[in-house]
Amino acid sequence: MTLSVNDVKRIADLAYIEINDSEATETLDQLSGIFNLIESMQAVDTTEVEPMSHAQNVFQRLREDEITETDQHALYQSIAPQVEADLYLVPQVIE
Amino acid sequence: MFNDSLKQLSDQLSAKKISSTELTSDFLRRIKQLNPEYNAFITINEEMSLAQAQTADKMIAAGQAGPLTGIPIAQKDIFCAKGWLTTCGSKMLSNFISPYDAGVIERFNQAGAVNIGKTNMDEFAMGSSNETSFFGSVKNPWDPAAVPGGSSGGAACAVAARLAPAATGTDTGGSIRQPAALCGISGIKPTYGLVSRYGMIAFASSLDQAGPMAKSAEDLTLLLNVMTGFDARDSTSLQRETEDYGRDLQKPLNGLRIGLPKEYFAAGMSNDVASAVDKALDEYRKLGAQTVEISLPNAPLSIPVYYVLAPAEASSNLSRFDGVRYGYRAESYSDLADMYRKTRAQGFGAEVKRRILIGTYVLSHGYYDAYYIKAQKLRRLIAQDFTDAYRQCDLIMGPTTPTVAFNLGEKSGDPIQMYLSDIYTSAANLTGMPAMSIPIGFGDKNRPIGLHIIGNYFKEAHLLNAAHQYQLVTNWHLQSPI
Repeated sequence: MTLSVNDVKRIADLAYIEINDSEATETLDQLSGIFNLIESMQAVDTTEVEPMSHAQNVFQRLREDEITETDQHALYQSIAPQVEADLYLVPQVIE
Repeated sequence: MFNDSLKQLSDQLSAKKISSTELTSDFLRRIKQLNPEYNAFITINEEMSLAQAQTADKMIAAGQAGPLTGIPIAQKDIFCAKGWLTTCGSKMLSNFISPYDAGVIERFNQAGAVNIGKTNMDEFAMGSSNETSFFGSVKNPWDPAAVPGGSSGGAACAVAARLAPAATGTDTGGSIRQPAALCGISGIKPTYGLVSRYGMIAFASSLDQAGPMAKSAEDLTLLLNVMTGFDARDSTSLQRETEDYGRDLQKPLNGLRIGLPKEYFAAGMSNDVASAVDKALDEYRKLGAQTVEISLPNAPLSIPVYYVLAPAEASSNLSRFDGVRYGYRAESYSDLADMYRKTRAQGFGAEVKRRILIGTYVLSHGYYDAYYIKAQKLRRLIAQDFTDAYRQCDLIMGPTTPTVAFNLGEKSGDPIQMYLSDIYTSAANLTGMPAMSIPIGFGDKNRPIGLHIIGNYFKEAHLLNAAHQYQLVTNWHLQSPI
């Protein structure tokens, strides 16, 4: 598998990480090396194997739909970058 | 006092030979004196530590003390602690004062332990040398030219340099065991699900597990007794009967079958490590154990599998850092998407960004089956290898790391070389099985070597028994660099 600089830029875009041309070129070298290492996985036949997503076979616990948290918005918003009228402020998204 | 075991410290506290306030002040003084050199701690907060010490002294006076009441514990900066700066080693959280306590922190608080400070770590626990920390690298107290290991490098350094009697760590691919080995201390990653992940900043959720780091196996049992337990706020927390992890410490090892995976005793392990492991195994044979060769045919694939699954989970977990509700936000941006992109470009370091990109790629359309599902299938084969091996043996032993601590800067420019330092440890995260490292001597440049002990699910008491019996007849765990 071969990655291109454009692949790197596309992935960075998907991940919402700004990247310039020289960073993308440098990243390409490193990622290519890492994907070469990862490629060794393909040597093993896993056709009949069930994927293992988790270390323990446990079922998701359910609980009653009831309020368990107290209102702490003032405390939580005290560490926010920008707050106004109890709302988190971000740049305008709707014209 | 700085070399005392947790039991010895607890006895002195309950006999009123020393107060928790005095003990805490002594350690704070030592940290003040030595931390500028080691950089093991990111945050010290004397006022909050001493307030906890006073509470502990009241508990002791009222006869309500437990084994850890009044004892200072260094907390890895991945655990949210209310009112404490909690950075996870990142610029992204360099201004984050946690509004709540992690499950682990709550348990230590209830036990009356004192938070002596927040330890340095690789950024978001991604690293094996502590060099990716936004707050600078940590020195190995045995040799200031060497790395302490990572990601719990500050914790390992703090215990080894006797800046704290014990510490917490977290282990996603070896982050407790590898630094424990490189700093000559003991550390255990318990079975996945035993310690609450609530409030422990997530890296790869199906692999992350917290555990204690200390001088000896005996100390680890006391810490594990406090740290483990069901927490409804962690969806993968296990509901089990409470157990005393120290219950089997005194059991003799007669008849213990130790499995030696031939894949771990192969090329890649340096001579000094091989010879120390051989000597440790001889000691085990003298203690009545027998060794059997076993095979873990898929174990060499642990690193590629790990470097698909861990980044995939990380790319999802770290999407929450967007500069909106907490943490760092870029200073100037044109619109919302630009704010996200600049915040994440500036707030994350190079290694974290690299892993987010790997994870994003392996989860993206067209590559999901070839990488992510493939890695999950191999994960099952690796786990099956271990399950099969436990038919022939009770515990598995080998080196924790292929070499002693490398030099600062030696591998920081080469991600793959860095990743390979977790070659023996990451399988225990993929399988979820418990594993620990104990000091067994010194190698090149007089740097410490660790023995890796792996067990089947929920065999912590057995691992600690084997480690303690070794520590009864050796003194590597009692040696300190200063």
